[in-house]
Amino acid sequence: MDDIVIEDLTKSYTSGWPGRPPYTALGGLSLTVRRGEIFGFLGPNGAGKTTTLKILLGLVRATSGAAFLLDRPAGDVGTRRRIGFLPESPYFYDYLTAEEFLSFYGQLAGLGRTVIAQRVADLLSLVDLVDARTRQLRKFSKGMLQRIGLAQALIHDPDLVILDEPMTGLDPVGRKQVRDLILSLRDRGKTIFFSTHILHDVEMICDRVGIVIKGRLLASGRIDELVRQDHTQSVEIVCQQIRAEGNAFLHSLATRVLQQGQQCLLILPTPDAVDAVVGEIRRQGGRLLSVTPHKASLEDLFFQEAAPGAFHAESHRHTGRAS
Amino acid sequence: MGAIGVIALNAFRESLRDKILYNLVLFAGLLIGLSVLLADLTITEHHKLIADMGLAAINFIGVIIAIFIGISLVNKEIERRTIYTIMARPISRTFFILGKYFGLVLTLFVNLSIMLAVFLVTLWLYHIPIGLSLLQAVQLIFVEILVVTAIALFFSTFSSTTLSAILTLGVYVIGHLTADVRSMAAKGESGTVKAVVDVFYYLFPNLETLNIKGQAAVGVLVAPEYLMLASLYGVVYAGVLLAGACAVFQQRDF
Repeated sequence: MDDIVIEDLTKSYTSGWPGRPPYTALGGLSLTVRRGEIFGFLGPNGAGKTTTLKILLGLVRATSGAAFLLDRPAGDVGTRRRIGFLPESPYFYDYLTAEEFLSFYGQLAGLGRTVIAQRVADLLSLVDLVDARTRQLRKFSKGMLQRIGLAQALIHDPDLVILDEPMTGLDPVGRKQVRDLILSLRDRGKTIFFSTHILHDVEMICDRVGIVIKGRLLASGRIDELVRQDHTQSVEIVCQQIRAEGNAFLHSLATRVLQQGQQCLLILPTPDAVDAVVGEIRRQGGRLLSVTPHKASLEDLFFQEAAPGAFHAESHRHTGRAS
Repeated sequence: MGAIGVIALNAFRESLRDKILYNLVLFAGLLIGLSVLLADLTITEHHKLIADMGLAAINFIGVIIAIFIGISLVNKEIERRTIYTIMARPISRTFFILGKYFGLVLTLFVNLSIMLAVFLVTLWLYHIPIGLSLLQAVQLIFVEILVVTAIALFFSTFSSTTLSAILTLGVYVIGHLTADVRSMAAKGESGTVKAVVDVFYYLFPNLETLNIKGQAAVGVLVAPEYLMLASLYGVVYAGVLLAGACAVFQQRDF
């Protein structure tokens, strides 16, 4: 069961001047988000993440393509009862107190007075803002605003939560709180779709990720699948009592040779040459200290995809891998 | 409470918290100060002058607030990006526009009521008779404010705050001149000028229709039919502008 289905979505903005070509923010983006999963929508600034989210919420109209949320077309007013949204660097009515603010969003969601009172109390506690409940938002710090923003996204207990850069502006404690909150939502069966350019957050909590570059999805799937499929692991070998500088054989197999006193570090591009290198070290009378396979990270994948020229070279690869 | 009511009350609360009603202090000071000055300076007719000045001040302050809050009603939401979380709720864009409009109208109504109370107290203090004509004038001032708010809101759905202010002020000024210009053009011989003036006359709101301050200050009543028709004209004109604002807003990307 998919909660978000995006099919060949495009969005172009006209320049407003005759003769100037339109700017394409999205160029045929397709992806799906399954019910009950945490999906990380990863991409550099300007990749089209926010535009995609805005189309899903009906804030922006797509030029072509289609998007569905909870089996209804994107922008459907009634479906929004089941969707929670936190925009990037949120700005709110800063003349409201935290309680008034959450109560206002509860009313907009059509909740009754009793339910609102209970939800407001629960959420203020959840985002650790009970002490600030009667303070106006104009006196909130950036981190507090982010947290109260999350609370407003959850006031009506939505099935699908869409978050645009939810970790931005938070200190390490705040980031952990948000991560824990997202995980607890998933545990309660909610679907979470969040955009970010912070890889660490994605690696820690996402069930699946999609990498978007220049308005197109270049890869999507489980992180371990993406990393394993795309990257040959390198291997680091540390040894002692061997002079590697003059050894042409080792230099031919290793991409990098670092000699520091008695200790030598060899980096091999693939695991294939490990046996040959270990054999050579022993032959030379050296002592093997460690052999460490270097697992490619999402960061490696991300930088490879985001590298100049990667867009055209890699775009076809997505076809068979999108899910 | 429906979505329109929730948004309207929040807009009203915003104007209270932003201390919009502080203008009332200015109004009261202005009115009382002028009254004292005029009472001292003029030998006769100071009754008429005080009534005239009071109505003019109510009208001026009401229109200024309508324009300068009206033009930022929608733009501010978009520029400050507060609209993202509102539009992500189960609320149609039409309801949002109507909620913002009625929120400002509520603010203006409260504002106008308090100004009227201050005005009446001033008249009472100076032993000036309070006639029904003054209330008729205030009623049409309120209708004019409804129209001006709708004009400002309409422009703010598709243009910047500055441009909206210029356009709204322009329409306001034209709205007060079209009737005079039309009667002048009728005396001329150019058919083209008459045709152009006619287009302006019917396209722009005829705000002079809603201006009965002069006769109200001297206690001359207008016919109830006139009052009703003029009010209806203003409300319908504001309604058409609101429909236009909703239609434009429906097409906007944020």
